[in-house]
Amino acid sequence: MPEPLLRASGLVRYFDVSAPWLNRVLERKPRAVVKAVDGIDFEIGRGETFSLVGESGCGKSTVARLAVGLYRPTRGRIEFDGTDLATVGSRREMLPIRRRLQMIFQDPYASLNPRWRVREIIAEPLRTHRLLSGAALDERVDELLTQVKLDPADGEKYPHEFSGGQRQRISIARALAANPEFLVADEPTSALDVSVQAQILNLMKDLQRDLGLTYLFISHNLAVVSHVSDRVGVMYLGRLVEVGEAREIFRAPRHPYTRLLLDTIPDLKMTRREREPVGGEVPSPIDPPEGCAFHPRCPFANERCRRERPELLAAGKSAVACHAAEEGRL
Amino acid sequence: MTPLLEVSRLRVEFATRRGPLVAVDDISFTIAPGEVLGVVGESGAGKSLTGAAIIGLLEPPGRIAGGEIRLAGRRIDNLPPEEMRRIRGREIGAIFQDPLTSLNPLYTVGRQLVETIRVHSSLGGREAREHALQLLKEVGIPAAEQRIDQYPHQFSGGMRQRVVIALALAANPRLIIADEPTTALDVSIQAQIIALLKRLCREHGTSVMLVTHDMGVIAETADRVAVMYAGRIVEIGPVWEVVHAPQHPYTVGLMGSIPILGETRERLVQIEGAMPRLTAIPPGCPFNPRCPHVFDRCRSERPELVPAGASRAACWLHLGAERPVHA
Repeated sequence: MPEPLLRASGLVRYFDVSAPWLNRVLERKPRAVVKAVDGIDFEIGRGETFSLVGESGCGKSTVARLAVGLYRPTRGRIEFDGTDLATVGSRREMLPIRRRLQMIFQDPYASLNPRWRVREIIAEPLRTHRLLSGAALDERVDELLTQVKLDPADGEKYPHEFSGGQRQRISIARALAANPEFLVADEPTSALDVSVQAQILNLMKDLQRDLGLTYLFISHNLAVVSHVSDRVGVMYLGRLVEVGEAREIFRAPRHPYTRLLLDTIPDLKMTRREREPVGGEVPSPIDPPEGCAFHPRCPFANERCRRERPELLAAGKSAVACHAAEEGRL
Repeated sequence: MTPLLEVSRLRVEFATRRGPLVAVDDISFTIAPGEVLGVVGESGAGKSLTGAAIIGLLEPPGRIAGGEIRLAGRRIDNLPPEEMRRIRGREIGAIFQDPLTSLNPLYTVGRQLVETIRVHSSLGGREAREHALQLLKEVGIPAAEQRIDQYPHQFSGGMRQRVVIALALAANPRLIIADEPTTALDVSIQAQIIALLKRLCREHGTSVMLVTHDMGVIAETADRVAVMYAGRIVEIGPVWEVVHAPQHPYTVGLMGSIPILGETRERLVQIEGAMPRLTAIPPGCPFNPRCPHVFDRCRSERPELVPAGASRAACWLHLGAERPVHA
């Protein structure tokens, strides 16, 4: 792997979702904490695409927000090019780092200000970071619009005049404005139709190749993840259960949860492979199961899985957090 | 075999100040007893409106402006609302994307089921509850005896969708219209719900019209598939054929744009542009501005569905089949 640009070590983020103080006192309700991210480690190499995949509530979006400094970790470190984002104190110190990492959100309807012209939206990062002004600024915005395959004249329009796919292009242009090195894309195509999704995924690949970008890609769609990623981390209830090269994980998944996820993908080529839908649902992250969080749904679970939390251990080219994989019971 | 559902030249319009907008434009198809017909298309293609028109739940200003819908030979598109209501639930069940919109948050799941059963049958209170319990067990709700007296908010998303399926099946309808039944669910739950729907419909001999944007769900579930684009059916045929040998250039592009696990392609097939808005549907074939094979006739004359391979496609390329479509 190339030299890491982003490194998370022992990353933890809890959210306090307790009832208000008075209710806790009067109704004797206990404190409740959502363990959204519960101790994960990963590295993203310069120029690569690392994807986090998992179902709702597994903590993948929380990691995305931690990675751009929108949340502070409860514990652990998240380092961008050697700087721990949690120790950056003031807004002023954060500003030069923030220029280098940008985010694309899922909903292109909610993430663009409806009262601003597209030109203003794309120029905002350039103004905030005082990079350009006047004619040079206009020129840069035109260049960005062209880069995302829109017309420079589109800059004079408002977001509502665009379709979902075009809005996502505007979000990408804005994210690219300040020449970042690192882009976090949180479900960037989940709200889009498949043919539009293909356009956006192709565009993101082209931009990565042309500009040498590093991506953290968050998605629940395994087929999309397998298409865009160099390496993949599979998350379940705030933990990484398997990390490795995308090709390896999709060819020979090791963790039972990864196997379950792969098994749930509808079979487009209709090979008439009989799928065995695994029962059960993701438990609540407020009260995750003891030991391995996946054990209540796992066909290989034994006493040790119920008791002892598995650590992420190297297994071939990947790393897997599973007692059964470690003991060769799979 | 006589079809259970027969839709012929259905047209759905929205009245606006600037004249009617045509959302579903002259479409025809049939569903045989026990058959699962998938209807696939992107947002705004008219697939959900087609479903809503069939069950008589078009929201004004939308209305059926032409054509006929027949259920087991009986015309149902012009029935008075009261009569249509009796058909809904009894003859045609419905499953929607968001289970919370189909369930009343103020009543227990059991009460809603019992009510539905009693409206459509002559069962007494106790028997209806017995039947409700059996339905909940059939759709795989664990501890159904306890959960029958719980409220919808006490169920997870996947369990709620199971309750909705139980409700849709309560009166043993002959046709179920399922509009994006798995879209709001997580992938592992999605697989459970698809398997359930497939099994129940097979056991009960129910026909299904499965509306979805997800070609994968269709490939796994449907017998035949209709591909919609800008309010029209552009291709209809057996699922295997449409997936492996798509005939309409739009279907070819659509299939190529889906990333497939284990297939390493540098780029996905890209259909340039976007589906036209209803206010600006081009003359001739609605796909012509985006079509890589477009020629003069496509811009002026609207193509009808003609035989193409094992399917039928609305494309001038297939008239006389002088030119094959290449991906």
